[in-house]
Amino acid sequence: MKGNIANVGIVIVSHSPLVAKGTADMVRQMVGDSVPLSWCGGNAEGGLGTNAAGILEAIEAAWSDHGVAVFVDLGGAETNSEMAIEMLGEPRSSLVAICNAPLVEGAVIAAAEASGGAPLAKVVATAEELSPL
Amino acid sequence: MQINRALILGLIETCCEVITSHADDLCELDRAIGDGDHGTNMRRGCEAIYLDRERLGSLPLPQALETIGTMLVMSVGGASGPLYGTLLIEIGRRLGARQNGADFANILGEAIDAVARRGRAQAGDKTLLDVLYPVHTEMIRQSALVRIAERAEKSAQLTAGMKAMRGRASFLGDRSIGHIDPGASSCALLTMAICRYLKEYRPA
Repeated sequence: MKGNIANVGIVIVSHSPLVAKGTADMVRQMVGDSVPLSWCGGNAEGGLGTNAAGILEAIEAAWSDHGVAVFVDLGGAETNSEMAIEMLGEPRSSLVAICNAPLVEGAVIAAAEASGGAPLAKVVATAEELSPL
Repeated sequence: MQINRALILGLIETCCEVITSHADDLCELDRAIGDGDHGTNMRRGCEAIYLDRERLGSLPLPQALETIGTMLVMSVGGASGPLYGTLLIEIGRRLGARQNGADFANILGEAIDAVARRGRAQAGDKTLLDVLYPVHTEMIRQSALVRIAERAEKSAQLTAGMKAMRGRASFLGDRSIGHIDPGASSCALLTMAICRYLKEYRPA
């Protein structure tokens, strides 16, 4: 799923493969191929759950030297994403941010921001404006 | 090296056996207050490690622990993968870098702190930390293995009285009270199994 790697990449992580793929479809509908995009849903066996190895692959697939914004649904998705980001190693780990934002709305608005060439910090901030404090 | 290998293989077999035989019970506990997959997640991790036990047994203990931790992260999923993974990775790294005189209890304490940071949890939040901290206390006291095992078991039971503050169970609020935390339960089972194994263990 290579997009325009001059833009920030978007990764969607859900406990459900259907939710992750569905969210990615909505993002793609909005921004086409203008941002690198990937998703990881479910556990290693394809059931509901999370999977650090799969998240790591998704980040690689959506890699951009301008950074990657990761969207997660529930607790384990966040913790496993944190581990996956650490496993990337520096300096790449510092270029990946987990967004504290609703999965679908956050990913779509972040992708729209990224498609205009916004830097990672702006992409993250725009998505996080959706989150109640 | 033979001692190292026997110890690593023995611990792997002991831990995998106890998780596999209790996987259904752990899922049952998790169904009550979570998503019901703690047993299957832990079993998946154990299967990955068991399959690779010969290679792991050939590694020095610190490196074996760190490798097992990484394998748990990659295979278990859920919150427990990163939490147990962090525990073993941190113990392994610290054992590997240990200066003469640093004892295992201190290393364990630092590794538990890393688990707490990873889960952004603290004592009393109804997590595996509510077993790890008391176990650490017993180790600082240099308690007998039997005593450490008893404390682990009792500590897991005490999580029934706690209100979950982290993880899926926290969505239930007060309704999480009255159920033993699955992560605390697996942690107690593993601690008890390890204590039993070490009590019997005699370096050849």
